[in-house]
Amino acid sequence: MSETLQKPINTKAIKELLDMNDSARIRMWLSICSRCGLCAESCFFYLAKNKDPELSPAYKVKATLGEIFRRNGEVDREFLQKAYDIIWGQCTMCKRCSLYCPFGIDIATMIATMRAVCNSQGIAPEGLLRTSDNYRDTGNQMGMSTEDFVETCSWMAEESADEMGGLTIPVDKQGARIMYTVNPREPMYYPQDIAMAAKIFTVAEEDWTVPSTGWDCTNLAMFAGDRGLAGQIVKNMYQKALELGVQAIAITECGHAYRSALFEGPYMAGYRDGKPPIPIIHSVRLFYEYLRDGRIKIDPDKMLEEPVTYQDACNISRNGGLWKEGREIIKYIAKDFRDMEPNSELNHCCGGGGGFIPMGAEFKKRRMESGRIKAEQIKATGAKTIIVPCHNCFDQIKDLNKEYDLGLKIVSFKEVITEAMIIPDKFKPVETNDEDDAQE
Amino acid sequence: MNELYDFLSGPALWAAFIVFIIGLVVRVAYLFGLSRERDRVFYNHVDLKWALRSIGHWLVPLGSVSLRAQPLFSIAFFVFHICLFGVPLFLLAHNTLWKEAFGIRIPSMSDSLADILTIVFMVTAVFLLVRRLVRPEVRILTTAWDYFLILLTSAPFLTGFLAYHQVGPYKLMLILHIFLSEILLVVIPFSKLGHIILFFPSRAFIGFEMGTRRGVRTW
Repeated sequence: MSETLQKPINTKAIKELLDMNDSARIRMWLSICSRCGLCAESCFFYLAKNKDPELSPAYKVKATLGEIFRRNGEVDREFLQKAYDIIWGQCTMCKRCSLYCPFGIDIATMIATMRAVCNSQGIAPEGLLRTSDNYRDTGNQMGMSTEDFVETCSWMAEESADEMGGLTIPVDKQGARIMYTVNPREPMYYPQDIAMAAKIFTVAEEDWTVPSTGWDCTNLAMFAGDRGLAGQIVKNMYQKALELGVQAIAITECGHAYRSALFEGPYMAGYRDGKPPIPIIHSVRLFYEYLRDGRIKIDPDKMLEEPVTYQDACNISRNGGLWKEGREIIKYIAKDFRDMEPNSELNHCCGGGGGFIPMGAEFKKRRMESGRIKAEQIKATGAKTIIVPCHNCFDQIKDLNKEYDLGLKIVSFKEVITEAMIIPDKFKPVETNDEDDAQE
Repeated sequence: MNELYDFLSGPALWAAFIVFIIGLVVRVAYLFGLSRERDRVFYNHVDLKWALRSIGHWLVPLGSVSLRAQPLFSIAFFVFHICLFGVPLFLLAHNTLWKEAFGIRIPSMSDSLADILTIVFMVTAVFLLVRRLVRPEVRILTTAWDYFLILLTSAPFLTGFLAYHQVGPYKLMLILHIFLSEILLVVIPFSKLGHIILFFPSRAFIGFEMGTRRGVRTW
């Protein structure tokens, strides 16, 4: 960020962006905000910092997008630097505030617009800009090659053979029912997540495939304010799915990937009707359907006995509409469920959303401070285990676990389901005498 | 004084109402025109049920989580708005003028009820003004213009009340009442007070965005 501080501001680019985004909604919202202050109580940043009025959503907009519109784009780098601090450091675009506003003003959209303005001037968090380069070069945020990805998949298929027979991870299978996409964290650092998904799909007898390209469903460009790149990223995924002729794109347990694929992506990729060209299904919905339809059965002796709570990931619950499905899954896998307050559509952000986690060390202190709200919610449930269906929430809650001594076991749905599911005989591991198999 | 009264209750009043109505129509038409190209997200997810629920829950006191979190404010805010529309619309003095000018008959409340509601209105207006001064998260958003608007909105009630009860010089009070009301009418289309119309499309949109698309209750 420091080098970009020296470059001159391109006011013309700012004015063009404002003009493009000078939509009826934004004009209307900026002009009718009646400064009532009701949004403040909704925001976990505001609540965590002892109700600091500068952290109220209306103030955050007024000081950034509101101001730049008022000045008609004529701003200096100092202004943009202050704005940077607010729009990336003090807002995760969780959309909770729009539920509290009497006019239903969508503050998150205005923060996103301001991110686009800053990004146009090369101003965005380093951590996110690095991933933008990776997306451009390799199509995924971690810069992983297709070969490495495919190899990781076959490696996981091999490893899983010890625990399950008949498990394959098909790559580029034409005409499969679902094309399963992942968060690059998985092939990169947690390949066992891919193995777990494969086990679930095997037992559910799903007709699935992973694509050799377009396998990264994440979209950090969406959080970096690079709308063009964000649209391209999601288009790559759509196009691969269309090429393979699948019936739906399945999204791993990741929050913003769902928001990108189903809600914002179509608009960013230029689909004027707002519909993705192919149906999108999130793992939470998929797993719920498997359990509901009896395609996966849970061993009652393997249900979680300890008190369990559930992280309503913003982009899966409130912004994904899947809070009921998550709770339905939990009915199958846990005996003692303790909901947080508030929960479901009104849940609080964990504090790690909006790109905060990939931003890295820069804002870690802040997200630990604002995450106090989530930590207190978790503590109040008395839960020992928390089910977290989103990668970013997972990382944030791991950090909060340490910071606030929560003593939690943190698991994804995949993990609990694979450990507790009944493996039908036909999928029991094949007995061999081959000494190479005696690894564990 | 009399010429001034004639002017303010004649041509000036016509002009004020025309600017009020045309101003709001133009503002809405402009936004509508802009939206056809740049706000496809508004039109792609239209659902009457979600729009009505999103709007309806905020038209009743304590109808939303947010309002229930600040119940005193919520009630004051509703009473303020009910009196704001109720008193001028159903005031005998106003409706006598409508009948004389155009033969329109509008039912009227008793003058004693109008008195009570005007006082109630003034109390809620003071509450809202004080709240704006006292609550940090409201004060930080407030500008001189916001203070001006709440005073401007309250001024016709104060001057009307005083004129009716003949407190102070009657003709002057009456002229002030008409003049300030006309300023208010003219300011509405060009300020946040345009929310009298824009509340509806704004709430409809969030009803679509969160309701139609995600099944989320925006209240």
